[in-house]
Amino acid sequence: MKNFGFSVNKSRVIEYDQNDRALFYYLMRVEPSVSLCIACGACTATCSAGAFSSLDFHKIMLSIRRGEKVYIAKEITQCMLCGKCQLVCPKNVNTRGVILQILSFLQSSQL
Amino acid sequence: MKFDWFVVPFAVGLVGLILFLTLKYVRWILSLPKEERKKIRKSFFSTKIFAFVWEVFREALLHVRIFKKNIILGYMHSSFAFGWFLLIVFGAIEVEFANSRHANHLYEPIFFRFFHRDPSVLEHHAFFTFIMDAILLYILSGLLLALTKRLYSRLMGMKKTTRLYWTDKIALYSLWLIFPLRLLAESSTAGIYANGGFMTNHVGSFLANLLPLEKIMYPLWWMYSIDLFLFFAFLPFSRYMHIPTEIVLIALRQAGIYTKNKITGFSQLEINACSSCGICIDACQIQDVLGRQNMIPAYLFQKIRHEKVLKPALYDCLICGRCEEACPVNINILNIKVAKRNEKLNHKHQQYDYLRQVTTELPKTQIAYFAGCMSHLTPSIKKAMVSIFEKTHTPFTFIDEDGSICCGRPLQLSGKIEDAKILMQKNKEIIAASGAEILVTSCPICYKVFNEEYQLAIKVMHHSQLFDLWSKQGKLKLNAQPIKASYHDPCDLGRGSHVYDAPRHILNQVITLQETAYQKEHSLCCGGSLGNFYFQEKDKVQVAQDAYDKIMTNHSEMLITSCPLCKKTFQKVAEKPVIDLAEIIDKALMQ
Repeated sequence: MKNFGFSVNKSRVIEYDQNDRALFYYLMRVEPSVSLCIACGACTATCSAGAFSSLDFHKIMLSIRRGEKVYIAKEITQCMLCGKCQLVCPKNVNTRGVILQILSFLQSSQL
Repeated sequence: MKFDWFVVPFAVGLVGLILFLTLKYVRWILSLPKEERKKIRKSFFSTKIFAFVWEVFREALLHVRIFKKNIILGYMHSSFAFGWFLLIVFGAIEVEFANSRHANHLYEPIFFRFFHRDPSVLEHHAFFTFIMDAILLYILSGLLLALTKRLYSRLMGMKKTTRLYWTDKIALYSLWLIFPLRLLAESSTAGIYANGGFMTNHVGSFLANLLPLEKIMYPLWWMYSIDLFLFFAFLPFSRYMHIPTEIVLIALRQAGIYTKNKITGFSQLEINACSSCGICIDACQIQDVLGRQNMIPAYLFQKIRHEKVLKPALYDCLICGRCEEACPVNINILNIKVAKRNEKLNHKHQQYDYLRQVTTELPKTQIAYFAGCMSHLTPSIKKAMVSIFEKTHTPFTFIDEDGSICCGRPLQLSGKIEDAKILMQKNKEIIAASGAEILVTSCPICYKVFNEEYQLAIKVMHHSQLFDLWSKQGKLKLNAQPIKASYHDPCDLGRGSHVYDAPRHILNQVITLQETAYQKEHSLCCGGSLGNFYFQEKDKVQVAQDAYDKIMTNHSEMLITSCPLCKKTFQKVAEKPVIDLAEIIDKALMQ
């Protein structure tokens, strides 16, 4: 078959029924400021790692709510914990605290 | 042979304690890396041994550092340590004089008055009874102060005294009872046989009028011995473990060993050398402003000793170094906390493949300027720096003009030390590519890590040091400004890197500097610390407000700091302008 260089897009359906939202509930308990995020993207705009990589903190926050753990586990390890996102966050989310808690959760859930 | 069955509890307690401690210390020392053990062996046969003896005398016995904090507190601690030491030394000498043989039983000096009831046959009896009574009085006066401290700690310059663990309480009460029981036991014997000194004879004759001394003398000696046993038995599981441990710690520290990134046997020694004296409680701003206490070393180490470390206690810390500065044992608290975080955050490595994209082609000049993440978020500081370089016609390379990667210290503070090394390696390559001789940074966080961890071949300077150097070289021509301002020492620049004078030298040429009680090593953290992963915004604002109010005097028209992060944090709560040192220098600089 001729290869035209195109493929079928991956489905962007969010499977709330199948996704595991345990991380979100865990964060709500240990780092409640996570609920303040409005995914405005200010963090992403200033991110030192984001300038060179696919790290996108507001997308991670969205994924936390959606329960997309595999994406989070892949992306989160690019963070340098420099704290710029925290300083620009208009809702004062403790972003560095969130990241550490995610890492801690992922470590304990062996992902 | 001088023996009675009541010596058994004391002897069993002491021998057991010595065996237990020896095993513990040997295990900790053997767990150290080979080269560190070699250092210990070497230091044994060097002149360091004199420094060791001197430090033990000053700190483990006299507690000079506590005297410097508060005289009454110092007296209280020294009365127990030095007083007990004197009691042992003079007790041993007294036995030497009393017995013709030299190998005396371990317990004989302790129960001397019971076994030697006839004063007429004892050599230098009057002298020894006087000395021993005087020493006992010295300890009892300290005991009185210790009791007062539990009720009213402000007398000794402390707002709060330490909350104790149950094993601490048993050890504490048995320690407190040792000396009154000794007084009562010796006095009851003296009341019957008149073999005591100025205090015990008088107390003895007083007791003789009230009580049947013949009946209570023997049980009192038993109680004294049992109490000693109790203290020895609980010592290893209580804060009193600091008594023997501090001596071993001083020896190892003299040998050049310290806690770096990992919890080692030496760190265990440091943790056990904490006396939970509570001096760090008042130093902690989180405790002072927010009332939380888990993170205070006196409590954190207590928890570590009992193997109960809660994560918030480790991560809710500003790593500002105020506790370390206050610690009379000089324990390297910050490194222990970070190493403990490292233990907790034992994750797989971060993925930093993207670092390959970071370009390293830079123009070659003598000075490389690294603004750092925080300066990029406070652009007025980097603009001021660029302006100063231009006004002074200094060629420089702005190595992170278009943004760069983090210096690694925030990652290190989280405990992810191995991951921080990956960033450091990349930054090293960038700095080397600049070909500069001096690396200048505006951020104390970057300065500390570049200066201490990177081991760069070039000189690292914070901008305050560069200005000071230029001023000494006559390169900076500054206009004095009619401003009265307070200066805030950032934690990583002040306590962290001991840069106190450079910013003051330069500021004194430009403005009128207001003295405050919270300067240099007593400086307050702004609350914006990258070391705390637990702080919520309201916590940060409260700490910043408290620090701002304390630092600003009535006459201050502005607050000057040398840290972009402090500037940003203070700006949220300040009524008056908050500016960076670079900005005021840029303003005052004559073209």
